[in-house]
Amino acid sequence: MRKLILKNLLRPVLTEPAPVVASLESLARKLEQTSRARLGRSLAIRMVDAGSCNACELEIQALNNPYYDLDRFGLHFVASPRHADVLLVTGPVTENMRVALERTWQAMPEPRWVVACGDCARDGGCFAGSYAVVGGVDQVIPVDLHIPGCPPPPARLLEALTALLALNAERSQA
Amino acid sequence: MNRIDELLPTLNALIEQADQVERHFPYPRVGVDRQQWQRAGEHLAWGHWSLLGLWGDEDTVHMAVRDHADSGMAVLSLACPEDRFPSIGRVHPPAILLERGLRDLFHLEPEQSPDPRPWLDHGRWQVASPLAAGKPRVSGADNYSFLPVEGEHLHQIPVGPVHAGIIEPGHFRFTAAGETIVRLEARLGYTHKGIESLLAGADLARGTQLAGRCSGDSTVAYQYAFACAAEQALQIQPPTRAIWLRALLAELERLANHIGDIGGICNDAAFAPLHAHCLALREQILRAMDECFGHRFARDLITPGGLAHDPEDSSLAGLTGLTEQLECQFRELVDVYDNTASLQDRTVGAGIVHPEWVQRFATGGYVGRASGRNFDARRLSLAPYDELDFEVPVFEQGDVNARVWVRIREVFQSLQMVRQIIERLPAGAVQVELPAGPGEGMALIEGFRGDILVWLALAENGRIRRCHLRDPSWFQWPLLEAAIEGNIVADFPLCNKSFNCSYSGCDL
Repeated sequence: MRKLILKNLLRPVLTEPAPVVASLESLARKLEQTSRARLGRSLAIRMVDAGSCNACELEIQALNNPYYDLDRFGLHFVASPRHADVLLVTGPVTENMRVALERTWQAMPEPRWVVACGDCARDGGCFAGSYAVVGGVDQVIPVDLHIPGCPPPPARLLEALTALLALNAERSQA
Repeated sequence: MNRIDELLPTLNALIEQADQVERHFPYPRVGVDRQQWQRAGEHLAWGHWSLLGLWGDEDTVHMAVRDHADSGMAVLSLACPEDRFPSIGRVHPPAILLERGLRDLFHLEPEQSPDPRPWLDHGRWQVASPLAAGKPRVSGADNYSFLPVEGEHLHQIPVGPVHAGIIEPGHFRFTAAGETIVRLEARLGYTHKGIESLLAGADLARGTQLAGRCSGDSTVAYQYAFACAAEQALQIQPPTRAIWLRALLAELERLANHIGDIGGICNDAAFAPLHAHCLALREQILRAMDECFGHRFARDLITPGGLAHDPEDSSLAGLTGLTEQLECQFRELVDVYDNTASLQDRTVGAGIVHPEWVQRFATGGYVGRASGRNFDARRLSLAPYDELDFEVPVFEQGDVNARVWVRIREVFQSLQMVRQIIERLPAGAVQVELPAGPGEGMALIEGFRGDILVWLALAENGRIRRCHLRDPSWFQWPLLEAAIEGNIVADFPLCNKSFNCSYSGCDL
């Protein structure tokens, strides 16, 4: 164990630079200048699987690995909707998960944002048309941002979530 | 074990007596009568055979079994003109969940079932019995009752379907006496997407897409199994290069999941450093898959007839170096696991699965092999595994620690299998033309979690008439409920992670 700790201290850091999103540069600048203090540079995310195949969850979990290290951006996952600013939803929304999703959203304090993650969260994706599927998160609760992909890779998730942090800042300015 | 031959004919004898269905490969499928169906149930109850799957069809139930005496496999089919069939679950409990599931979808009633409650149908669909075309619609029940628990000073803890972590949805009902769990009952079905209904009438490309989205962590294994079943149905052989690349993909998927989950188990035992290290190794594997195959989970690459595209040999060459480096790093992590008393204190002796349970449930994967069941579908003379040199590690203790060790050993096996495959990878095409036409095929493929069964019936026009996908977790979830009894509530996440059952794979 000591050997491992020592090695870790000596080797380069795995964590990679933050994503640069050209279109969001101005937003990011505004965020830097004005709203970080007010926001506390932090966003608490509650994740709900509304019937996904579990691939999206695996990539969301990967955000916590040392390469992406979500926490450094002030983004962190919380266990209760009562503590959350953002609801991150995966899956086509199955009929069997509809009520649980609604109730989780209702349990969140305002202001709150909803991010739909993955192709099937937009419109049901390849599961659309099934008797068991509602067909998209926005059929149940209002969606602020959609992240495409099947599943979206962690780098894309990171880009989108940092962009949301920026948008969040702009909205609180307005 | 004494076989009462006169009363219970062997599977082979049964196949000879019954009507064999034409064009079902590679195992026979026979039509049986009610009496033969019930006798099959007795074979299962006696432990002569294991149950591989039980699923519904139009006015028919099918059951896949394996005879222990000669390892022969077959599908038994019983026509149900009156929408009912003798319950197998009545004598063989592993069938209960499967029967509850098929009853919800097909309106076929298991007679004298010990558990008549619905399973997938939560009473929220617009239709009931969605796969039973033209049958009377029975309305689903919304007032689900959990099994009663009696005793003094008991309290219940309901958990889910929305869980605290980034995981799939399901409901767990704990009944505890103080800190000790006296009963756990799981209620699943929340992620039911109606995949088998979407598959009916679909073409093979759409079938591949849906098969790969049954359980995201087993994308490769599901598409592998689906492709094999389709190739059996059409009686074609994919090119050798594709066969070897499929095994390469399956081993990479196994590595990514095993390493990630070993870290996850340590994390649930409050030992975060190993979690961080394992997640970093997992990320390296997924990035290598992205580089070689164009997708981190290699989605939609394995298709009936071979592979959708051929990866560059130059990118594959990098995998040898990666596995050597991973082996070195992983060995250090295993040393830490093995020498940390506080961690062992949590994993040794927790969540014990008894050997007789895994035999009875024919439980696959590390859950079965950590409790002495020596079964691995890669051993079923499947190319290229019949040419690869590998061991199947088996442990006896059946606790969280044993499940971790099975997976540790499997990581080393898979690492060296990847190198063997890269070294011997044949050149050539990766896809053959698919003929059209009817046929039925079955495949059993070892995913990281255990054996996945796919049964596929193609219609005259080449489209899917019926496809059934059976996840390994059908035979693992009930054992988690049993294994947790007598453990403390705080050990549930640890035990649960050591099983890591699939929700979406069972709910479909």
